[in-house]
Amino acid sequence: MTVAETQAGPVQIRGTVLTVRRLDAYYAMTLIAPAIAARFRPGQFVCIAVGGPASSTLLSRAFSIHDVRSEHGGTVEFVFEVHGAGTQWLAERRARDVLDVTGPLGRPFPLPRDPASCLLVGEGYASAPLFSLAGRLRARGSSIDFLLGGATGERVFGALTARRTGRSATITTEDGSLGIRGTVTDVLDQVVHEARTEVVYACGPMPVLREVTALARRYDIPVQAAVEEAMACGIGVCMACVLPVVGSDGVTRMSRACVDGPVFRGEQVRWDDRGTIPFDAFGAPGWEPRSRRAAAGGSGNGQHGRQSRGG
Amino acid sequence: MAVDLRARLGHVELPNPITTASGCAGAGRELAQFMDVSKIGAVVTKSVTLAPRAGRPTPRIAETASGMLNSTGLQGPGIDAFLQRDLPWLLSRGARAVVSIAGGTVAEYTELAARLSDAAGVTAIEVNLCRPNVEDRGQVFASSPGASAAVIEAVRGRARYDIPVFAKLSPDVTDIVEIASACASAGADGLSMISTLLGMVIDTDTMRPQLAGLTGGLSGPAIRPIAVRCIWQVREALPGVPIIGTGGVATGRDALELILAGASMVGVGTITFHDPSACTRILRELEEELASRGVERLADVVGLAHDGRAATGRAPSTSARARRTS
Repeated sequence: MTVAETQAGPVQIRGTVLTVRRLDAYYAMTLIAPAIAARFRPGQFVCIAVGGPASSTLLSRAFSIHDVRSEHGGTVEFVFEVHGAGTQWLAERRARDVLDVTGPLGRPFPLPRDPASCLLVGEGYASAPLFSLAGRLRARGSSIDFLLGGATGERVFGALTARRTGRSATITTEDGSLGIRGTVTDVLDQVVHEARTEVVYACGPMPVLREVTALARRYDIPVQAAVEEAMACGIGVCMACVLPVVGSDGVTRMSRACVDGPVFRGEQVRWDDRGTIPFDAFGAPGWEPRSRRAAAGGSGNGQHGRQSRGG
Repeated sequence: MAVDLRARLGHVELPNPITTASGCAGAGRELAQFMDVSKIGAVVTKSVTLAPRAGRPTPRIAETASGMLNSTGLQGPGIDAFLQRDLPWLLSRGARAVVSIAGGTVAEYTELAARLSDAAGVTAIEVNLCRPNVEDRGQVFASSPGASAAVIEAVRGRARYDIPVFAKLSPDVTDIVEIASACASAGADGLSMISTLLGMVIDTDTMRPQLAGLTGGLSGPAIRPIAVRCIWQVREALPGVPIIGTGGVATGRDALELILAGASMVGVGTITFHDPSACTRILRELEEELASRGVERLADVVGLAHDGRAATGRAPSTSARARRTS
């Protein structure tokens, strides 16, 4: 295992905007946030209160952290796309504006103990956390191959960095404007073979994560997938961002993407049951603890409650 | 010049009137990363049920103007896990635990009250009446004076004598005073109001309801005037019954508004999703609001708006108003 369980928890701070810049179809915002930068591990995210003191948009906006740097005591950068009042407000922030920021939140990407051939798969701006992950993996002697996709060339995040820093970088676009025409899942099989992939890290929309997991399972390659679920609080209290995840005890629980994730082992997520409560999920209607079912001849221990959480 | 913020929850005295609102703070553990849970008056837990519940399918939330809808379906691990893990944790942190309970039958509520009474350290029980009564075609307990009274009478009868029992009321009724009176007559030591209002959002792109559960509970500053009205009406009718006011409180000024309407405690809910340390911020702001008005004791302003002479000569300074930012 990694040091995930020993790190300090998240903090709520006032972060000063250093820059807001356009990055093709997206925006990148850099905040001065030393306490968050110091605690950050790749795959974690920040929550930002949007709309100012008298905001009518109350739900925190969650963004995975793209990168942290040491300048100004510690900065945090995240990438976003304008698709609502909250992100529009964020895009209009300027240097020296101050934001209410909470982080770093969530379970980060675990790193392999020994050097491995790692494939980093991402689609759209969901790829943002893969680059700091690549840095940490490289520092531990792993080799990095990138597979990045997007609808159009300007919606592929980080293509240039991937080409510059990866052992290989495969780019797909649906309109063929950059790299191969198609989606990341179209070429995944081929890339996995060519790169002799041993570990897959994936970010992107749920259908992509599902397919990446399915393929990796076929080849018995472990997948760490960062899920995208709508969140309201980002800290584990609102229960909005749940999805069915099978625990190490074999029990499916409606796990919170914000604290139990956002990174899950791909094969533990019941991708096809998202948006439902599986009949055998812990606490589903008709569900019974194992101790009661054990009468039928099991060795269950009737354990209640959820696993203790990392991060 | 510190303001005396002590508040009473029935016969129990609390250091100040700010609590979490049920469902917006889990059992305190997550918020403790951002604030000291022992500093607020009490932690009101997410409603605890007898059996574990997986809740409703997603999407469970929708953002609305100055508010949100939720349809989480009380996902939680059940009373056993609560007593084993959450309650001891709250007590170890020096927090006062007001435990919200939810059942589908009178018997379930009663058993929950019994389990909590057998455990040490429960400061009070809040009875979440906004649950469907499975013995009455899923009618919500809180919509009927009879059903509400039956639950409260059973819980009060079973809960240990020194644990105050509060009834959490729904504003989705024709006459909240009628329900409040029924609960008070059934033995409630106090009332908690308001719960969320039933709402609905339709996604105009997919042209379908946005929540998997179709409808959800509306909360946030959008409902604050309704909370103020409900608290006012109940205080007017039942001046001796203590009230925990909840509904859209986002600042110390908002908390004061509910207190002036008649609340002796104030729950902070949805704004926690915007600001995880909102409870302690609001506590600080409330103290400033009171100090700037020359108020020495919180108890002096509970329900003060009902007194026609209240406002004279007590206009707040503009600087006090300007200070309230997050």
